[in-house]
Amino acid sequence: MSRLAPPTSFLGDELGPRGRRRVATATVVSVVLIAAVVVVAAMRFSDNGQFRADLWRPFTEWRFLHFLLGGFVNTLKAAAVAMVLAMAIGAVMALTRLGDHRAVRWPAVAYVEFFRALPLLLLIYFTFVALPPLGLHPSVFQALVLGLAIYNGAVLGEIFRAGILSLDKGQGEAAAAIGLSRRQAMITVIFPQAARRMAPAIVSQLITLLKDTALGVLIGFDDALARAKIIGTFSNNVLQSYMFVALCYIAVNLVLSRISHRLEVQQRRLGAAPIDVVGIDDLAVMSIQASAGADG
Amino acid sequence: MQIVLDNLGGYGDAMVVTVELTLLSFVAAFIIGVVMAVFRVSPVAPLRAVATFWVETLRNTPVIVLLFLFFFGLTKVGVRYSAFTSAVIVLSAYTSTFVAETVSSGINSVAKGQAEAGRALGLTFPQLLGLIVLPQALRTVVAPLGSVFIALIKNSAIAGFFTVLDIFGFAERLVNANAQPAPILAGAAVAYLILSLPAGWVVGLLERRVAIKR
Amino acid sequence: MRSHRNNRVWAIPALVAAACLIAVACGGSSKKAAPTPSSVTSTTAPPTFPAGTTMANIQAKGKIVIGIKYDQPGVGQRNPTNNAFEGFDVDIAKLMAVGIFGGTKETVDSKIEFKEAVSKNREPFLQNGDVDIVVASYTINDTRKKVVDFAGPYLLAHQDILVKTADNSIKAVADLNGKKVCSVQGSTSEKNVVAKAPKAELVSFDDYSKCTEALTDGRVVAVTTDGPILAGYVAKSNGAFKVLNAPFTDEPYGIGLKKGDDVFRAFLNDRLEKIEADGQWAKAFEATLGKLGLAVPTPPPIDRYGTAGASSTTTSSSTTTTSVKTPPANTVAPVEDTTTLPAEETTTTPTTTP
Repeated sequence: MSRLAPPTSFLGDELGPRGRRRVATATVVSVVLIAAVVVVAAMRFSDNGQFRADLWRPFTEWRFLHFLLGGFVNTLKAAAVAMVLAMAIGAVMALTRLGDHRAVRWPAVAYVEFFRALPLLLLIYFTFVALPPLGLHPSVFQALVLGLAIYNGAVLGEIFRAGILSLDKGQGEAAAAIGLSRRQAMITVIFPQAARRMAPAIVSQLITLLKDTALGVLIGFDDALARAKIIGTFSNNVLQSYMFVALCYIAVNLVLSRISHRLEVQQRRLGAAPIDVVGIDDLAVMSIQASAGADG
Repeated sequence: MQIVLDNLGGYGDAMVVTVELTLLSFVAAFIIGVVMAVFRVSPVAPLRAVATFWVETLRNTPVIVLLFLFFFGLTKVGVRYSAFTSAVIVLSAYTSTFVAETVSSGINSVAKGQAEAGRALGLTFPQLLGLIVLPQALRTVVAPLGSVFIALIKNSAIAGFFTVLDIFGFAERLVNANAQPAPILAGAAVAYLILSLPAGWVVGLLERRVAIKR
Repeated sequence: MRSHRNNRVWAIPALVAAACLIAVACGGSSKKAAPTPSSVTSTTAPPTFPAGTTMANIQAKGKIVIGIKYDQPGVGQRNPTNNAFEGFDVDIAKLMAVGIFGGTKETVDSKIEFKEAVSKNREPFLQNGDVDIVVASYTINDTRKKVVDFAGPYLLAHQDILVKTADNSIKAVADLNGKKVCSVQGSTSEKNVVAKAPKAELVSFDDYSKCTEALTDGRVVAVTTDGPILAGYVAKSNGAFKVLNAPFTDEPYGIGLKKGDDVFRAFLNDRLEKIEADGQWAKAFEATLGKLGLAVPTPPPIDRYGTAGASSTTTSSSTTTTSVKTPPANTVAPVEDTTTLPAEETTTTPTTTP
């Protein structure tokens, strides 16, 4: 359903004539107010000379765009590697946590609870400065990816676990009935189905991960944000540079979130219930659930 | 280890700053988020557009990019606040998008019958919202909102990158001045745990008391 | 209607993202400077190094990784329009690379990978092996010598203060008391200003371009760091900023390298002496800092600390504070005889905050 469609479902029934009049007035008033805000902002910009062409021109020139987009390549590289690692860690954590023995379960629980409770910024900084005295020397890229993978591995572990648990018990029972071992059942029956259910949440987590790669500027990662800063100080157009790079991020993430949304709609059409991920403090995952509700 | 004990006072002050940051940002984010959620479900199309624009732009940009934009970019048009205030403003705006998403899903989960009964009683839209729908919606989304709060505790660390002396900022300064990153950052981790674990418990408690399970 | 609406909203971000991806695929993400057509005046053939030395390893790798500043015009700056790197530090770095790979300053670009080394990351980069050397307005001092080694110094700078041109209330470092002054985390500038103006309100970012932004925005009233760095910002400011010319410390710039690599350090020191003797040092200065209006000084004497039998007379250049009157750069003050160098190293003048 398009996000802008009027949800009259909420009000229960169509609006009567008085209601329609009120809505019409409110529409006019709100349009006027919005226009006023936009005009004031535009005037502020122009009074400070921020509409001058020379401030915006760098972003129409290929050499600057090329430079900035090169930074995006690094962002995507870091995100891709971190995502793969995080999924591996997440799978291990989920399967361990669903294991039979408490001694095996406990470390996985500890890992997930501990790393989800820490700021990602702290983790990244830690991997960069605290490992060398211990003998490990990660590069900037490696430290960033490691930090991202550790944290997102914990979150994905919870997502995977929720996905596996959301499957009907009958699947596991049927697999046992035809003689599959627990491990075979997991690999051939449960995980593939769970994976399809988790796809929207995973894509959503990828969006969060992509945004989090920007934290790399703390340790000197040469990504889009760092390059935007260089352009800004070089051409004296800081405001425009940051606005432009924000737009790039928004564009990429909008595409990803549309993909996630499509996946989720597809899931719902196949009859799968949206994964209950309440209790996971990752915002993107929650917003998937929220938007699932919003369209329902 | 010694270095942490020597600086306990500093850690304590930094934790206070983090708590201030988080609380202020959450309150503001909550207010803005509920407003945006209401806009989302409103029959007035421009308001829905504003809410969609707000959520989609802010949610899809990294917080750190927003902070750079606000702290270094918007000063060019005269918007200039201290580092702490800037962090509060940006964190509120960013977090409000998640509050909006959560609350609007809560609103939609309120049974239609409630709204219909309210209409049958002749309640207007604002009354419907304020007396019937929002109270129930908010009780449903206590758990996700709690998660948003805990996530905010963690996101507040970004303020440390912009000179605010919160837990992360303080720890970073200590590391730069002394060459003992591991114990200093471990201390910072403990400081964050001291804040986020109890917060999780309180949220759990609140949810058990208040939430409506649907 | 639903799919129609959805497609339209899809299209715009998808187009932008596709454009980004195509652009990236067509271009490279090379951080190396664009090779320039070289009018070769004098080529040096690549020398051979004994096996196992850092120089030989770098030669074998085919490239040297150098940490520089990206945002200090005149000293170390990255030019986003052509991905070139400019500044005095950059030229020194290139001349060091020529010592390993041969060729000229212009042709050696393809053998160098530059990395941004903000002040607080300089030591971690060297310890991690992220870079081979650091040439990033890196002041030599004893605290740092505990974790890294230095070749040089190759320039003697002095800390100074940058203010808005219209501001006449600040004339010297003591005037900073009670005012907001900006510096960079992990720099000697930061420590020095706290020592000289204890009542000043220090605001620290991770690089100086943020400081100059803060100065423009009025968040701070002064930025303090070394004169050469400030000169670059003055030039860029189109008259908005001025330097007080009230220097208050000595900042010997050195080439940072991994601790304990004495062979590499000796090589770099030899190379520095060579370029100082044959005029390339002066030419580099003229082409970069000279263009900002600074007069070409005499290069400071190289300090080969810790090595017995160092032939050049050395100055103990490990002080960063205490001296109020700064000695002119070309005064050689032989403090001790070279045979007592180890003792020299351990007599540290109390550095301010460790």
